[in-house]
Amino acid sequence: MSREDVLVTAEWAEENLDAPGVVFVEVDEDTSAYDGGHIPGAVKIDWKTELQDPVRRDFVDRAGFEKLLSAKGIANDDRVILYGGNNNWFAAYAYWYFRLYGHGNVQLLDGGRKKWELDGRPLSTDAVTREETSYSAKEQDASIRAFRDEVVEAINNKNLVDVRSPDEFAGKLLAPAHLPQEQAQRAGHIPSAINVPWSKAANEDGTFKSDEELRELYKEAGIDESKSTIAYCRIGERSSHTWFALHELLGYSDVKNYDGSWTEYGSLVGVPVEIGPGAK
Amino acid sequence: MTNDGCGAPEQSAVLPAGVDLAKEIVLGGKVTADGAPVGGAFVRLLDASGEFTAEVVSSPDGDFRFFAAPGQWTVRALHRSGNGETRVTAESPGLHPVAVTVG
Repeated sequence: MSREDVLVTAEWAEENLDAPGVVFVEVDEDTSAYDGGHIPGAVKIDWKTELQDPVRRDFVDRAGFEKLLSAKGIANDDRVILYGGNNNWFAAYAYWYFRLYGHGNVQLLDGGRKKWELDGRPLSTDAVTREETSYSAKEQDASIRAFRDEVVEAINNKNLVDVRSPDEFAGKLLAPAHLPQEQAQRAGHIPSAINVPWSKAANEDGTFKSDEELRELYKEAGIDESKSTIAYCRIGERSSHTWFALHELLGYSDVKNYDGSWTEYGSLVGVPVEIGPGAK
Repeated sequence: MTNDGCGAPEQSAVLPAGVDLAKEIVLGGKVTADGAPVGGAFVRLLDASGEFTAEVVSSPDGDFRFFAAPGQWTVRALHRSGNGETRVTAESPGLHPVAVTVG
């Protein structure tokens, strides 16, 4: 797998807006950005109301994913180009999710909405409708999703990569600095985790850093390439961004995203928690 | 708010309910160009070492807000019309005003 297989540039995207078999999908938690102007022809997926189970803490199951993609007019053989705000966090989460349910032909738009807007590329408010399809998903690919017991067992055994900001890692903040801090769980990080904030993998304009820069970044931070890796953050979207960098761009073989992340781990009774800047 | 994402909420000059300014450090202000508010700018909070901490999109009135730990911060705004940044030191709880000019 190479960078070209998993990422497209804004230039390519603008030239292929009407290409047959290519579907642009904007994914966000707050879809008001889409409603105010989106890439021409793009459909939207609401990360919160369409990808998450409305009752349990989990995401939609296989049948739910099939129903969603069918309704959006996405077919199994479509080439899906995902993009969104927040430096593509939610698009990266959706990418992980498309992979989890076995969609082969999916790519991220490098830089997402931010790069697109900073470049001054066209946005449209036209309503987009696509003919309904009959999408069929595969069983979840467990090789890219980590659950809590596996994470506890990974302490001191696997690479644990905490991709939150240094203050969240140290236990000074419980959420990113753009959110209020009232939370139920304990602050800190999983013992033996290294802290490589997701943002270190991205340039200021939201594009991913080069493979060479990424390789150097994770090597310097102390990732042992001979071991398996689990990435986590607060709820699993920022860590999807890092999962993408490690698994899709750098090709590390066994990398999982722990979508339970700190909001689950920090609420577990009896598990070890470490505070402070960690061993670096 | 466990099930909410980490995405940046919609920005406004009015603080959300439940924010206690006696406890939280809030960095807030407007992005402007030639005195006019700039909406849709990508506003980034960088720590004392220049490391990225958080990012929001300014409201149509140019407003943005961060909840920070005590320390020295740089607020940097990116917009297709140009970029700009402002430094601020916030040691105690309360609203710390920050103005950023781009262009």
